[in-house]
Amino acid sequence: MSENNKKIEVKNLYKIFGRHIKKAQELLAEGKTKEEILAETGSTIGVNNANFSINDNEIFVIMGLSGSGKSTLIRMFNRLIEPTSGQIELDGQNIMDLDKNGLREMRRKKMSMVFQGFALFPNRTILENAAYGLEVQGIDKEEREQKAHDSLEMVGLVGNDNMYPKELSGGMQQRVGLARAITNDPEILLMDEAFSALDPLNRREMQNELIELQRKLNKTIIFISHDLNEALRIGDRIMMMRNGDIVQIDTPEDLLRHPKNEYVRKFIENVDRTKILNASHVMFRPTTVNIEKDGPKITLHRMKTDGISSIFVTDSQDRFVGLADADDVNELIKQDKNDLRSILKTNVPTTTADTPINELIEGISKSPMPYVVLDDDKKLLGIIIRSSVLEAISGREVDHNE
Amino acid sequence: MNSLFSLLSIPAIPVSDWINTFVNWLTNFAGFFNSITTFIGGIINGIQWVFDFLNPFVFIAIILAITFWITRKSISWGLLLFELLGLLYIYNQGFWRDMTQTLTLVLTTSIIIVVIGIPLGIWMAKSNTVDSIVQPILSFMQTMPAFVYLIPAVALFGIGMVPGVIASVIFSLPPVVRMTNLGIRQVPSDLTEASDAFGTTSWQKLIKLQLPLAKPTLMSGVNQGMMLALSMVVIASMIGAMGLGTQVYFAVGRNDAGAGFAAGIAIVILAIIMDKVTQGFMGEKEK
Repeated sequence: MSENNKKIEVKNLYKIFGRHIKKAQELLAEGKTKEEILAETGSTIGVNNANFSINDNEIFVIMGLSGSGKSTLIRMFNRLIEPTSGQIELDGQNIMDLDKNGLREMRRKKMSMVFQGFALFPNRTILENAAYGLEVQGIDKEEREQKAHDSLEMVGLVGNDNMYPKELSGGMQQRVGLARAITNDPEILLMDEAFSALDPLNRREMQNELIELQRKLNKTIIFISHDLNEALRIGDRIMMMRNGDIVQIDTPEDLLRHPKNEYVRKFIENVDRTKILNASHVMFRPTTVNIEKDGPKITLHRMKTDGISSIFVTDSQDRFVGLADADDVNELIKQDKNDLRSILKTNVPTTTADTPINELIEGISKSPMPYVVLDDDKKLLGIIIRSSVLEAISGREVDHNE
Repeated sequence: MNSLFSLLSIPAIPVSDWINTFVNWLTNFAGFFNSITTFIGGIINGIQWVFDFLNPFVFIAIILAITFWITRKSISWGLLLFELLGLLYIYNQGFWRDMTQTLTLVLTTSIIIVVIGIPLGIWMAKSNTVDSIVQPILSFMQTMPAFVYLIPAVALFGIGMVPGVIASVIFSLPPVVRMTNLGIRQVPSDLTEASDAFGTTSWQKLIKLQLPLAKPTLMSGVNQGMMLALSMVVIASMIGAMGLGTQVYFAVGRNDAGAGFAAGIAIVILAIIMDKVTQGFMGEKEK
């Protein structure tokens, strides 16, 4: 989805809150800790030397607990909070250089924001709320209301145009918030804990719709969240923050598999891994025999050397044919027969590589046989056994491939 | 001990002299104050002309119609009946012209406090510096006994309705300013942040967001201001502002409790009607 076209590049970005900002900057340069700086100057380091980039058309999730600086950071993109120092480049243009008018133009055309508490205007109808961004640009009523109506429809709100925000449920209100943000057709959506105030069911639904919307509209979305499951669900990449520092930037998978430090490890400890991991993460390549080349004797030999009681049989194209049991192979040798086909078990459960583990758990826990992972051409990619699933869920890494 | 007494016996600080000097100095700008007098006098005469032109019964009918219109969603027949009987009482007691004069004074004051007070309140809401400067002045204006204003008002604006209006304005301006300020400051910060995030100019923010949301608070400030202006009518009558206040003031001079109450009741009736009508007006705008 995301080619590495950098949409936004953040360089040496700092935000220091407090009075003695110069002093705090000097102390920071000297390598003092945040606690020392707070004690000495009374200044808080909101964001500490942030350097990262956000690609075109990706959902970039900024994760962290409250106080980690994520809300400060997102407000620096549209300068609702002025950075203390550093650069934010949007398509190569440093937004710190924009004057008042330039900044207003950018907010009107390039970036829209969705807020945690919805922040809908209570004195305006749903339609007027959604049309707000165009209204302040001086777009005439008919056109802006048409566009507002379209974006309301896009987020699944039909027939509420003339209602007032307080007449809607939380989930619906946030849809209005989202519609208001996309009516402007911005390149970038800033979403500040946009779904945190919603109940879990609504939240899930909105997450799905956001992904859907992103696919349709190709926006770059910067999403703030403190919910790791949410981040893992929607994020193309996730940036972990802690106390104003950037801890790790990675894809959801890499974050789970290679947490950079104890903090991230703790954070991902409680994650529901069954939703994140899929078959390809827990499968491993089994010992196989080629039915067109190998006879019963070689089969048995291979089982003995590997210490296994059954073996997976493929054809020359590596397509899965069946499963052979040691006892049956023995029997075959005794009868002096050569064709493995007669003894193959073919009622082995199969699945695909991208099936999430939570869909496999039940089957695997009941099946006496391992699951076979096949690609579209029926080629054998690997197998999944119960213990590797359990290991993956418990957070320990499985790597049978090595 | 001696030193303490000597401290107490220092001569009085000539505060009154200073203020007199200041007021005298202000009289140098007679031209300026004359033009204000002319301007306010013009408003007063205009309003009074309309009231004099209207037949009392037409006037009553208009008041009833306005009340009916603004409370049409939940009509209060009691209020309509009260207005009818109250206004008939005023007519019956021969206070009709006094009542219209008082109403003129209050309406003129109201117009001025709205025109000055709302922009000033907005300015205070937008600037903490202005807020910290104006707040103590407002407190001073509100707590200084209203009688005191009459003296410089006479010196600068002469005798009659105009100095009455000026004194009333000083006394009833603070709630309008304060409530406007408060109403705008009470607009939730996430809403102003949202409007900023969409590239709103500060003028658009004021018109589209802050004033609409501040309106209920702002209107109750205006309502309070009007009531304070009405409370000034008796005091203003001492410097020649004609109206129901004059009737009360005369009754005090003649030690005539009956006449005093008769006019006092008329003021109360006027107050209730004005309060209900402006409140109904606020409720109407809410919807």
